[in-house]
Amino acid sequence: MPTEPVGSDAGRGDVLLMVGTTKGAFLFTSSEEREAWRVDGPHFPGEEVYAMALDQRAGGRALWAAPGSAFWGVTLRRSDDLGATWSDKDERPVKFPEGSDLSLARIWQITPGPADDPDRLFLGVEPTCLFESRDRGDSWAPVEGFLRHEHREFWTPGNGGLCMHTIVQHPGAPERMLVAFSTGGVYATDDAGASWTPSNNGVRAEFLPDKHPEYGQCVHKVVHHPARPERLFLQNHWGLYRSDDWAGSWQDIANGVPSDFGFAMAMHPHDPDTVYIVPLESDGFRCTPEAKLRVYRTRDAGASWEPLSSGLPQEGAYETVLRDGMCTDSADPAGVYFGTRSGKVYASADDGDSWNLVHEGLPPVVCVKAAVLA
Amino acid sequence: MSVTIVLPGQLKPLAAGHSTVSLEGRAGTVGEAFAELRARHPAVYDRVFTEQGDLRPHVNVFVGRDDIRWSGGMDTPVPRGAEVTILPSVSGG
Repeated sequence: MPTEPVGSDAGRGDVLLMVGTTKGAFLFTSSEEREAWRVDGPHFPGEEVYAMALDQRAGGRALWAAPGSAFWGVTLRRSDDLGATWSDKDERPVKFPEGSDLSLARIWQITPGPADDPDRLFLGVEPTCLFESRDRGDSWAPVEGFLRHEHREFWTPGNGGLCMHTIVQHPGAPERMLVAFSTGGVYATDDAGASWTPSNNGVRAEFLPDKHPEYGQCVHKVVHHPARPERLFLQNHWGLYRSDDWAGSWQDIANGVPSDFGFAMAMHPHDPDTVYIVPLESDGFRCTPEAKLRVYRTRDAGASWEPLSSGLPQEGAYETVLRDGMCTDSADPAGVYFGTRSGKVYASADDGDSWNLVHEGLPPVVCVKAAVLA
Repeated sequence: MSVTIVLPGQLKPLAAGHSTVSLEGRAGTVGEAFAELRARHPAVYDRVFTEQGDLRPHVNVFVGRDDIRWSGGMDTPVPRGAEVTILPSVSGG
C-alpha cells in the first residue's frame, strides 16, 4: 500500500518541490541549501497529476493540484497546509458549459494571476481552453473569447492531447497575455481575453505541407522573464526560437544543440538571457541523444548553448523529459529541477552546473514545479 | 420493487459509503435512473458522466448483464427489480 502522505513540513526559506506523476503527486522538501530532500506522497495515489502550483500571493500558501483519472475525470484540489489536507474531492469546479460540446479531459497548467490581484488565477486545460477564477479558485469559467474562437474546429490534438500547456502574463499590462497549445501554437490577446490572435510567424510546422502556417504549430513550451517583458523563448516540435517583440515574430536559436526537438524549457529566475532545455533525439525517438542525459543552457539568449552533465548519467540514459517536467526556483544561485518519464528527479543548486539525483523509482513524471517558501 | 444502482468501490465514498443506491421512483430507463441518481448523489453522477452528459469513455454501465452501449444507451429499459451496475473498464496503464 502507498505511504499515507502527511504533507510538507517546509517553513520560510525552505524549498518545496512539487512533482506530478501519472500515478499521483509527491512533495519534496529541502532547506535552502537544497542538498537533502524529504519525500511525502503519493498524494492522490493512482491518479495522474499534470499540473501543480504554489500560490504565495497576499501572504498565503495555497498549494494546488489537478488529479485526474482516466475513468472518473479530473478535478482541482487545494491545500492550505502544504498537503496535510486537501479540499473536498466531491467538488468539480472546472467544467465546460453545457452546449459547448466540450468536456474537461485534463488540467495542464495552474497559474496564479497578477501579483497585485490575488483573487485571480488561470488554468490551461484539455481540450484547449483558458479558464479564469476571480475568487481565489472557488469558481471557474472559461475565457469566452478563447472558448468561442473561430479557429477551434481546426485545432487538432497531438499525442499528448489538445493541451494548453503555457500561460504567460505580460508583467506590465494585465490585459496582455499569451497562451500556447499543441497543436495550434501561440495565441496572444491585448484585450484581456476578448480576442486572440495567432502569433507563430517564423515557427515551423514540420508535419504539415505548409511549413509556416498562420496557426497549427505544435509548440511544446514557452518561457518568459518579467525583466524583459517583450522577450519569449519557445521549444517547438522541431525548433528552438526566441521572440523579442511579444511573439510578433520568432527567430531560430538552435545554435549548437544536438537536436532542436524537445519538450521541456525553463527560464532562469534572475537572468533573462539564461534558459534551460533537454534536447531529445527526434520525434521518432524521443530520448536523450547518444544515451546521455544532458541539460543544455544558454546564457546569451540562444546565441550559444552549452551541455550540462556533471552528476547526470552519460551512458545508457534513454530518458525523456516532458513539457512540464522542468522548472527553476527563485533562489540565488538558482535551483533547476527536472523529472523523467522513467521516474527520476534531478536537482541542481548551482544554476545547473552540477546535478544530484533527488529520487528514482517514481511513476512517470509529467510535472515539476518548485518554490522557495516566503 | 425498486431499481438498484450498484457502485464500484471507488465511488462508494461519494455516496455516503454505500455500495448500492436504491431508487424508489419510476425509473423506466437508464437515463431516468441516472437522473434520479444525480439528484441524490451529484458527485457520483459527475464521475460517471461528462459535463455534456456523455458516459465517460472508460466507464461501463450494465443493466443486468447487458452493456448499455449495445442495448440502447440511456434509453435502455430498466425493469422493476433490475440492477444497474457501474464499473470501470479494464483500460489503463
